[in-house]
Amino acid sequence: MADNREFFYRRLHSLLGVIPVGLFMTQHLVVNHFATKGEEAFNKAAGFMGSLPFVLVLETLIIFLPLLFHAIYGLYIAFTAKNNVGRYSYFRNWMFALQRWSGVITLIFVAWHVWETRVQAALGAEVNFQMMEDILSNPFMLIFYIVGVLAAIFHFANGLWSFCVSWGIAVSPRSQQIVTYATLFVFLALSIIGLRAIFAFV
Amino acid sequence: MSEQRKTISFIITRQDTVDSAPYDEEFEIEYRPNMNVISALMEIRRNPVNKKGEKTTPIAWDMNCLEEVCGACSMNINGRPRQSCTALVDKLEQPIRLAPMSTFPVIRDLQVDRSRMFDSLKRVKAWVPIDGTYDLGPGPRMPERKRQWAYELSKCMTCGVCLEACPNVNSKSNFIGPQPLSQVRLFNAHPTGAMNRDERLETIMGDGGLANCGNSQNCVQSCPKGIPLTTSIAALNRETTIQSFRSFFGSDHAVD
Repeated sequence: MADNREFFYRRLHSLLGVIPVGLFMTQHLVVNHFATKGEEAFNKAAGFMGSLPFVLVLETLIIFLPLLFHAIYGLYIAFTAKNNVGRYSYFRNWMFALQRWSGVITLIFVAWHVWETRVQAALGAEVNFQMMEDILSNPFMLIFYIVGVLAAIFHFANGLWSFCVSWGIAVSPRSQQIVTYATLFVFLALSIIGLRAIFAFV
Repeated sequence: MSEQRKTISFIITRQDTVDSAPYDEEFEIEYRPNMNVISALMEIRRNPVNKKGEKTTPIAWDMNCLEEVCGACSMNINGRPRQSCTALVDKLEQPIRLAPMSTFPVIRDLQVDRSRMFDSLKRVKAWVPIDGTYDLGPGPRMPERKRQWAYELSKCMTCGVCLEACPNVNSKSNFIGPQPLSQVRLFNAHPTGAMNRDERLETIMGDGGLANCGNSQNCVQSCPKGIPLTTSIAALNRETTIQSFRSFFGSDHAVD
């Protein structure tokens, strides 16, 4: 990246991953969880989110633009790394490699997911319980969704750790260790929420 | 029955010139107790004959202090970057594989050009400026406990092991690596050096600087001197966060 913008871009990338993209993802998973309470509860919750005022402006500013920047710059970051977990199999180096792999998987998943739901909605389809039930009735898509959702949650949880270090919130080894445990908890909690929602459609 | 001769075997990655292709050559030398990799390389140099019995050129490598304080003799030994002076043959699995550190340009055989690290030190002004046209008088005193802490950071011998271990230091990126970053922390901690702390911070906020760190933390695991490199980096992350706000919004506290 030219003209000394790298520091700004990197910090922006780190920030956008948490606010708003990570927060949106958490909210999305929580709304999905209504599916465990039945078709009607899910449709009501999804309908509420979809009928928010200024929904296009909200989506553009809170989801699409930050996500697009995070994804494109993230690909650049991922492909400038030369992973070496084979030679240096330390825990943090594994997290470093997994963060890049999960990011790429998440990007593929999210691109497909947006096409299948949001773009189809714009073309006239109705996003509801029935739609997800149809998608997840295909075993291949079910596995694709499970892998995609877990990759996204891992990327967010581990990204939260990197965010704390990159912004200088967690400096000492002990504080970084504590943040590791905290983000592990975030990963487990969101994974349970996400998987419960997926299996509610099956 | 004659007693079996004990030998040490090596597979050494060699390269004849800066541009030529690397190749492996095997060597076998007679065992002596308490050898290190350098004394074995010296043994090969005395009689440069490879395992097949062919006469070959002696191996080129860098060395200087022979007590792990100069950093010159770093190389990959059985896949790990470390100093060959403190790599004891008795503690290594055989055949011992020696290769030059891959992050640096090879000059010949195991000898690499480490000058990018010295250039980085110049870039970040890793020194305490005291020269002037007149006597500046005594500087501020450094608390003894702070000096003891800073001493750990000053152990850096520019050996290059952290750059070799870092997945973000490679030919696709311009990341300067952990080594000069920790030195910024060292010289910013010095009471006189701190008078230029904002300049050093602004430098590492430039392209190829601090923000390129991806926190794989291989550096701190690999550093032969046990320097808390990732703590330095995280501390600099905090300082540059504040510095970026100061330079964006303007501040009366440029250096304090």
